[in-house]
Order: sequence, then structure tokens, then C-alpha cells
Amino acid sequence: MTTAVKTWPDVHGRFGPYGGRYVPETLVAPLEELEQAYAAARADATFQGELDELLRNFAGRPTPLQFASRLTEHLGPRIYIKREDLLHTGAHKINNCLGQALLAKRMGKRRIIAETGAGQHGVATAAVAARFGMECLVYMGTEDMERQRLNVSRMKLMGAEVVGVNAGSRTLKDAINEAMRDWVTNVRTTHYLLGSVLGAHPYPQMVRDFHKVIGEEARRQILQAEGRLPDLLVACVGGGSNAIGLFHAFLEDTGVKMLGVEAGGRGYQLGEHAARLAEAMGFTGARPGVLQGTYTYVLQTADGQIATTHSISAAWTIPPSAPNTRSFPSSIAPNIPPRATTRLSTPRARWRVSKALSRRSKAPTRWPL
Amino acid sequence: MATNSTALPKTPATTRIQRRFEELGRRSEMGLVAFLTAGDPSLEATESFVLALDDAGADVVELGVPFSDPLADGPAIQRSSERALRAGATLPGVLDLVASIRRKSDVPLVLFSYYNPVLQMGVERFARRAADAGADGVLITDLTPEEAGEYRRTVRAHGLDTIFLAAPTSTDERLARIAEASSGFLYVISRTGVTGARESLPEDLPALIRRVRRVSRLPIAVGFGISLPGQVSILGGLADAAVVGSALVQEIEQASSVHAAREALGARVRVLKHAGKTGMSRREPGA
Repeated sequence: MTTAVKTWPDVHGRFGPYGGRYVPETLVAPLEELEQAYAAARADATFQGELDELLRNFAGRPTPLQFASRLTEHLGPRIYIKREDLLHTGAHKINNCLGQALLAKRMGKRRIIAETGAGQHGVATAAVAARFGMECLVYMGTEDMERQRLNVSRMKLMGAEVVGVNAGSRTLKDAINEAMRDWVTNVRTTHYLLGSVLGAHPYPQMVRDFHKVIGEEARRQILQAEGRLPDLLVACVGGGSNAIGLFHAFLEDTGVKMLGVEAGGRGYQLGEHAARLAEAMGFTGARPGVLQGTYTYVLQTADGQIATTHSISAAWTIPPSAPNTRSFPSSIAPNIPPRATTRLSTPRARWRVSKALSRRSKAPTRWPL
Repeated sequence: MATNSTALPKTPATTRIQRRFEELGRRSEMGLVAFLTAGDPSLEATESFVLALDDAGADVVELGVPFSDPLADGPAIQRSSERALRAGATLPGVLDLVASIRRKSDVPLVLFSYYNPVLQMGVERFARRAADAGADGVLITDLTPEEAGEYRRTVRAHGLDTIFLAAPTSTDERLARIAEASSGFLYVISRTGVTGARESLPEDLPALIRRVRRVSRLPIAVGFGISLPGQVSILGGLADAAVVGSALVQEIEQASSVHAAREALGARVRVLKHAGKTGMSRREPGA
């Protein structure tokens, strides 16, 4: 059972019932081309070697697994922090950006487009585009541009063009729509560098694969440090890329529990939160549906219109969650309790955690809140 | 003519769409497919617009089900969807609208939707209600034949045509698969990109239509970027119908009242239909 989870997706891009490819016809052939190019790259030692070199010398891998001694003292359990914030551009996003940009180069694409919410994915995309000398255009909701001005400047500094999206909720979801509109128009010359484990097949698989290095390193490092596997993994879930990146290497370790933290926003009603996977806790409005190319849990109205979300974090506003993170609970054998459950975080709780982290471990001042 | 030889057992043309294309073929006349977003500015207004389009000579009317995230559409239809949603349009409301139109008009009606609203209603329930209301076909923008197996069986079982999109990027192999999954007509996207009026037709369109003709005997309607009589006239030598959407939706946006919008829509469709009947679009009978 767990093996099946680890080898997902199947040939149709399905993670159990989730995933797939729901796109306008114009995008099907390009997605098939991408799927084939990715399969070939995956099997090519030269590609993997080049990527490893870039991850080491451009991004700064491996990242440390820091023992948070004072936080451990404060809370009890021995706590380690996987310091993805120390990577170039300040977040895990660069792992996937390097992989996809290298693939785009292989496919002969000279133009990169991306969406961004908080700006971390946009900044990472701008950096790799600059590294490869590619034209780069980043779509960003105007609401997000306002609250993440510094990241907008960083993208521009690295030569990217940032396009404000004024449609809908003017946040990440609308930036993705606009990036897909650009891609469907310029598909022959352009690679869409999607930054979350979302979208049509092969994106969820590809983004997961490029991030699974997080968990592979962490697993080696914790075994070295503690001589045993952890009891619990904790990751925040917006689109789900860093969560699946950490969890994936531990999927066959049945003793390791996994906890995803979603944005609890300010209330339980649809529109007040961004929790897709926490219906058991009373958060309403999340049901399986099709959005932006994939079948997954989506915050929506009874009529199937996509809902607005609430989170103080621009990165956590997105209505769908990854098809592959969603698949954990339902995919585990019935005699084993679900291993990936989700908990909510409220703004106040998050500030508290952030303060504790910053003061007691001197860690992530740029923690992706 | 124009029944799909591979998809289903051979039956006489039964849907209004199929009958309309047969008539057009007999008259060797270019068809006009008109798209409106249902519920913009209200469902009542849409009803009066559809009746005006029918009067003006539209051969098929596509009713767009408004969706919050219309990622295949350009700005004109996006804005129109937002107006319709703000005015309270829902899929059940659109189906009631179809029933109401059907009591007054025999114009072939296609429901044009993104997949999620249909999925949330349930495909079986949607197909039954659409057929009961008097719809004739369904086109789902973000559903390709590969993901549409059960959808297609269900929708066809209720006697509705399933129309799929063919694109410039579609390979010959895919075009054959799309043709096999389609009935009524094939909707050929004229260019890569989103919906929206443009000045000219793409140069590679004739080649695309030739590729489609090689794999299908279904009537071909060409859409995306069509708004001018000259475009319809040129298309007459190539395709069986032209689809006009964004240009009509913009007439509604710019009109000062529902009455003015209705007049403008009627006038626009008459001009386009006239271009389809005359000039360059006249084809040799039986060609």
C-alpha cells in the first residue's frame, strides 16, 4: 500500500483518484511533450549530474538539519529544523526551479513564465532564468504585490518582468490562471515553471521529484544525528511543495507520523480560511473538484465556483491543495491510522511559533509564514 | 452527411444540431454559431438575447455557464462571467433558462462550461436535466477525450451531442481521437491562446482544417478570434460554421440597456450571417 503511494502517479498522472489532466485541448500536446521530455531527463545521468551540481554550487545544498536546542528545552520533544531557508533566494522553491529550468533548456525553450504568491517562487524563478540567460515573466496578484513589495524588487533586479494580475481575488489563484493564459498563447516557445505540486500531469509529479531531496537529506541527517528516525514530521501546506518534499522520503517508514499545517484564517466558514484538508476539524467548503488542470480538494461553493480564501500569508491563500498530499490519508491501509493529518494554524498561533523559533533557535527570520 | 461513422451505431440525425448542419449543407450555406455568457447581465436578459440571435439567423447558440476561473478565456468573457456570477447565475439557473428558451424557440442550444460546475452537480444529473430542459449538446472547455470516458457515455446516453475542441497544437493522432469522441460538430480553435476578437485569421488555419477533414466527416465550426464579416466570409471557403463569442459579449458590455444590447446583438449577427451567405463564402453545392 505505502509502496503504491511512493511510486504514484500512475501513467494517467493519478495519485489514487486525484490528479489527472484537465486542460483546454491546446495544452494537451505541450503537456505530453513535457511529460516525455521529463521522463527522458529523469533517466539521463547527465541531466541528474548537472542538476546535482547546480543544487550544490548554485542553490547551496545540502542544507543543515539544525538541532533546535533551546526550542527543545522549551517544548520537550527533541526538535530539528531542516534549514531550507538558507538556500539561495531564501526558500525551498529553488530546488524545483533549477530542475524545471534545466528541463526547459533541454527542450529548447527560451522563455520562462511563472506565477507567484508570496514572491518566493517568483524570486527563485527569476534567479534561475538569470542563471540560464532566459527571458522571464512572473505573474503576481496585485494584492500580493502590495504586501510583498520587497520580493517584487528582487525579481526585477534579476531581470524578470513582473506582471500584476487584477482579476478575481488578485492573489495566487488568479496569477496561476493568468500564467496558464500566457502559456496557452505562447506555448511553442515558452515553458511554464509552475511552483506548487498542482496543475495538470506531469507537474505534480515533477515538482514533487525536484523537492524530494529535502526529505532524502533530512532522513540521512537525522539518522546520523540521532541514530533513529523521527517520530513526527511537520510541514506547512499551501500548495504542498515543501510538505511533499519532506514527507516523500519517509513514506515507507511506517512509524513516522506526518503533520501538515494549513492556514486556519479567521473562521470556519468558506472564505474565512484556507484549509482544504481539515474538514474533520469543522472547516467547511472543501470538496474534490477540478481546478487549474487537476482533480483535488478545492475550496468551493455548492455550485462549483471556486471560493476566496483567507490567510495572512500570501503563500497560503490557494484554494486547491496538491493532489499528491491529499492522497495520503485515504491511501493508507485501513488498519494503520492516517499518517498525514492536517492541523490548523491561526495568525496568532503562527506569530507565536515564529517568535519562539526566532528567539530560541536564532533560526528562520525568513521563515515562510 | 456529417454523422460520425466511428463513434456510435449509425442512427439518423436526431439532434437539432445535426439537423441544422444538414440543412446548411443542403443549401451550401455557412453556419453561424453565437456564444453568450448565460446570466450576463441577467438570466431574463439572456433569454431575450437568444431569441434575438435566433431571429437574426444564428444557427446554433452556445450558452456559457459562468465560472469563477475561466482560464481558457480572454478578458471580454472573463468580465462577462464575473458579471453573471455577481448577478447570481448558477448552473441550475442556466438549465432553467434553457427550458424557458426551448418553450419559445427551436434554435439548437449548446451548453458551454468548465468541468467543475458540472462535476459538482454530478454528470448524470447534469445530463438528465440538460436533456429534459431541451439542450442539444455540451462542450466542456477543460475536458479532453482522455479524461472524458464516463462523461461522454453519460451525456450521449441522454441524447445530447458531445462537442470537443480541436487545436492547432493537436497532433493528427489526437485529432482522430477528438473526432471519434465528438458528435454534432467539431469546434476547431483557430489559434493558440484564449478567446477574444482579433483582426485577422491565422495563416496556418487552412492547413489545420485540412488535417481535421482528413480524420472526420463532422461539420467544422471555427472559433477564437472571429468577429468580422470579412473573417466569416473567408472562413466560408474552409469551414462549415464560424463561432462568434467575445464580440457579442462586448456588445452587451457596451450597450446602455438590455434593449440596446438586444438590438446590437441582432444587428451584429445579421451582418455576420449575411457574410456567411454571400461573397467568398459561397461554396459549390456538394463541395
